[in-house]
Amino acid sequence: MGDKILIGLEIHAELLTNTKIFCGCKNEFGSDVNTNCCPVCLGLPGSLPVLNERVLDFAITAGLSFNCKIAKNTKMDRKNYFYPDLTKAYQISQYDIPLCSDGYIEVEAEDGSIKKIGIERIHIEEDTGKSLHDASGDTLLDYNRSGVPLIEIVSRPDMNSAQEAYQFLEKLKEVLLFTHVSDVKMEQGSLRCDVNVNVIKEDGRKSNIVELKNLNSFKAALKAMEYEVVRHNELLAKGENTVRETRRWDDSQNKTISMRSKESVQDYRYFPEPDVVDINLTDDYINGIKNILPELPDDKRKRFMKEYSLPEYDAKVLTASKEISNYFEDMVSKFSDAKMVSNWIMTELLRRVNDEGITLNDVKFDKDDFVYLLKVISDGKINNNAGKKVFREMFETGKKAEDIIKEQGLVQIQDEGAIKEIVVGILNDNLQSVEDYKNGKDRALGFLVGQVMKASKGKANPQVVNKLIIDIMNNM
Amino acid sequence: MKLYEMTLKEVSEKIKKQEITALELTKSILNRIKEVEPKVDSYITITEEEALSRAKQIDEKIKAGEEVSVLAGIPMAVKDNICTDGVKTTCASKMLENFIPPYDATVVKKLNDAGAIMVGKTNMDEFAMGSSTENSYFKNTKNPWDLNKVPGGSSGGSAAAVASGQAFYALGSDTGGSVKQPAALTGLVGLRPTYGRISRYGLIAFGSSLDQVGIFTKDVTDCAIVLKELAGKDIMDGTSADVEVVDYEKCLDKDMSKIKIGIPKEYFVEGIDEAVKKAVLDGVEKLKEMGATVKEVSLPHTDSAIATYYVLAPSEASSNLARFDGIRYGYRAEEYSSLEELYTKTRTEGFGDEVKRRIMIGTYALSAGYYDAYYKKALKVRTLIKKDFVDAFEDVDVIIAPTAPNVAFNIGEKTSDPMAMYMEDACTIPSCLAGVPGMSIPCGFKNGLPIGMQIIGNYFDEATMLKVAHAFESVTEFKDQRAKL
Amino acid sequence: MLDKDTVKHVAKLSRLEVKDDEIEAISKKIGDVLNYVEKLQSVDTENTDITYNPINISNQFRNDEVKESLEVKKVLQNAPEKEMGCFKVPKVLD
Ligand SMILES: [Mg+2]
Ligand SMILES: [Zn+2]
Repeated sequence: MGDKILIGLEIHAELLTNTKIFCGCKNEFGSDVNTNCCPVCLGLPGSLPVLNERVLDFAITAGLSFNCKIAKNTKMDRKNYFYPDLTKAYQISQYDIPLCSDGYIEVEAEDGSIKKIGIERIHIEEDTGKSLHDASGDTLLDYNRSGVPLIEIVSRPDMNSAQEAYQFLEKLKEVLLFTHVSDVKMEQGSLRCDVNVNVIKEDGRKSNIVELKNLNSFKAALKAMEYEVVRHNELLAKGENTVRETRRWDDSQNKTISMRSKESVQDYRYFPEPDVVDINLTDDYINGIKNILPELPDDKRKRFMKEYSLPEYDAKVLTASKEISNYFEDMVSKFSDAKMVSNWIMTELLRRVNDEGITLNDVKFDKDDFVYLLKVISDGKINNNAGKKVFREMFETGKKAEDIIKEQGLVQIQDEGAIKEIVVGILNDNLQSVEDYKNGKDRALGFLVGQVMKASKGKANPQVVNKLIIDIMNNM
Repeated sequence: MKLYEMTLKEVSEKIKKQEITALELTKSILNRIKEVEPKVDSYITITEEEALSRAKQIDEKIKAGEEVSVLAGIPMAVKDNICTDGVKTTCASKMLENFIPPYDATVVKKLNDAGAIMVGKTNMDEFAMGSSTENSYFKNTKNPWDLNKVPGGSSGGSAAAVASGQAFYALGSDTGGSVKQPAALTGLVGLRPTYGRISRYGLIAFGSSLDQVGIFTKDVTDCAIVLKELAGKDIMDGTSADVEVVDYEKCLDKDMSKIKIGIPKEYFVEGIDEAVKKAVLDGVEKLKEMGATVKEVSLPHTDSAIATYYVLAPSEASSNLARFDGIRYGYRAEEYSSLEELYTKTRTEGFGDEVKRRIMIGTYALSAGYYDAYYKKALKVRTLIKKDFVDAFEDVDVIIAPTAPNVAFNIGEKTSDPMAMYMEDACTIPSCLAGVPGMSIPCGFKNGLPIGMQIIGNYFDEATMLKVAHAFESVTEFKDQRAKL
Repeated sequence: MLDKDTVKHVAKLSRLEVKDDEIEAISKKIGDVLNYVEKLQSVDTENTDITYNPINISNQFRNDEVKESLEVKKVLQNAPEKEMGCFKVPKVLD
């Protein structure tokens, strides 16, 4: 059977609500310290939490997107521990009845097959404040983040490689973005990921589970997991074992570093939160959310491949975000050559958008104009290269394609008579090449086409030119 | 009659008829405070300046012909565990000795909006843990009927303030009897509403699933008036219920013909003083004479109530009081060499013994290995206790029982034995666990000390409970008796 | 009576200090209460649900609407120590 790697993930994602989970303070990143605070999120004596209904909606949206069961009767619980970040010395979370459970995310296994990674639970809870440190090492507390709504997503330890875990994270992020549940910005802390990893050798020996924390990007997570797998294997090979502990990834040293040992299990004294009454959800309520669920990336990808006969690569690129897929489908609804639309979006539009570091919303030209451009290209009115030129100008200036084509005189000569005249002239001037072609030197044809195109200042339709040269040569 | 001896309703009419100004009334109460407060010690903070300036504002409104609430211009007191914006709120604890809330509790906001004049914040058992107001960090409050006796607790300061004419009514809080029991011991009407009837927002939590704001008044009419002002759904309290609030004063007719009263046999057992039993049963007899039907009912799990309460309330308290860690507000220890030590020293120095004891009991009951046997078990027994009441109210409209097992006891008598003190609440705890409303009204005296009759109502049916109380009050003179100081 | 180690453990979880000379008295007083509540064990609660909120209400939510927060001055009004708009905990030898 071979060695087995076991990886489980625990992800905290902040929800994109307007306000916090239990009070009306703004849920906003980057405000001045302690300006989004009230008696409730400061945990002042006497204050009480009232649950923000949208938090439920978002968490259920995530749960349904990850194929979870939704608990119809649930409640909040208190998780008790002391920490300066935690204003009430307990976190309002969920314990024995998570809102969502038993879901999965599909990833591609090493052998190319589709593999389901189990999601044990998704529950709602409140975020804590943030500790900052001043120059002298004192701790300064900012509670703007205190009470920001979170979902905690706990996977099963079903991932057998760092790659699988990485894919899991990518998929998860994609869906949260697509459904607008979270903005999943790891650098702002709106997505945080902890990893549990251990290795089981063929002979049954196991390494102790190590927890990885403070992973500030998916890349860091990937590197940390890969590093840990090697470390676990090496220790086991030496007849040693890992310590049950929490480690963090150090980007500069490219390795994981021990943070603290995990010998003593915390006693959180969970109990039902008496300040928040039961949550009882009807089928109608849950179905209402299900019905407005957007098409998810995986489904969309499959549909794009089928409906538009696109290769997998194209489908992947075009479903990377809702903005892109909407853009594509808008275009296709007006111009039916999906592959041509796909090519132009991928190679021209997205390339430039990415180079400029802008979004599709910032693109200056009108989508209809883009459609017009593709039409004139496919009708042969201008050639592909001219089309690219036009596109560049549209992108840079926002000018209409039609105007650019007129201004630059890019319309192709479609009239066969006019082209014939030029062809006859060129052939008469290059009889040696005609001779070469007849002797089987194909390269001569390319040369002759090039000469004709040059003489027409690039406006002759290359297909027509090609056809005429062969026809005329054959009669010479 | 002296002004301070009058009821809220009486002085309210005087203000309305402009026979007296709010300022005069407020000054007279502040004078009364100067006169008797040194003996009674019912207040932690007296808000003289604020009270006078508010009284002037009310007078201006009245002079301008503005319609004002029945509470406008009337001095009242608030228990010191109810948050008041800009006014110290200490919970009678060293921990919050200098805590000034930046916000008002919903009940305070409602009273302010009605033009009420708060003259001070009243003494209590620290964090509402106690039944005698002897667990205050600041001082002992005395019973106005006998200064050697306790006023009951934990809302002893509020009770004593009203009973000694230092406020026309007062807010208290009741977790396991902290309004009803002191009302009984000081000869007042004390009401604890249905759980969820009055907003808890701004009431500093002790046992969240039990705490309710309660009311002390001199008679039932006043109680009905104040309840109407305070009751109702509050968007800031997710446990407050959206149930219709009626005009309780209008419900106070004396027609007892359709009223069925239940007498729970479990409340007339050993441990309840004979004079108390007799006074309560005599009271029931009076109601029967007025036309009420009386029958015996059984609340079979009564005997488990104190045990249930002393698991649940401390468990919730251990979590609720964890926030007092010296970081954001309240007391902070002066010397520490680690974060852990900052926490531990702050809490050890800031809390009194009874509070620490209950925190530890609660922590134990919630901790790994004990949760099922203690906390979860108590939550299940609570279901049974609740069912007792639900079943009983199938047959009766109200349940009548003693409020406290005895009349007021001596200061210091029970402080060394927590269990003896806990037994003080034997009659009030079960209905608190069930969440049904209850009140105490004076129904007799023993050795010059008041006896309280407890009337327990059905869920959200404060109206019937008040009606029965009012009927009883109308044929007896106990409400007119005042402590002589 | 609770044994000494349990009292110490519970005190630690509660962030309270119990001095050695107090431990006996404390363990007795807490023990009395715990002994008393033992009587719950004799109550038959099979098939009985838990009650952690005594009235039967559910689904009390608020809308996702922004409400004004406190002024920073009021946020920090009770802070034992503050610096640069934040609550401050001095550097400790953690
Ligand atoms: Mg969590
Ligand atoms: Zn807030």
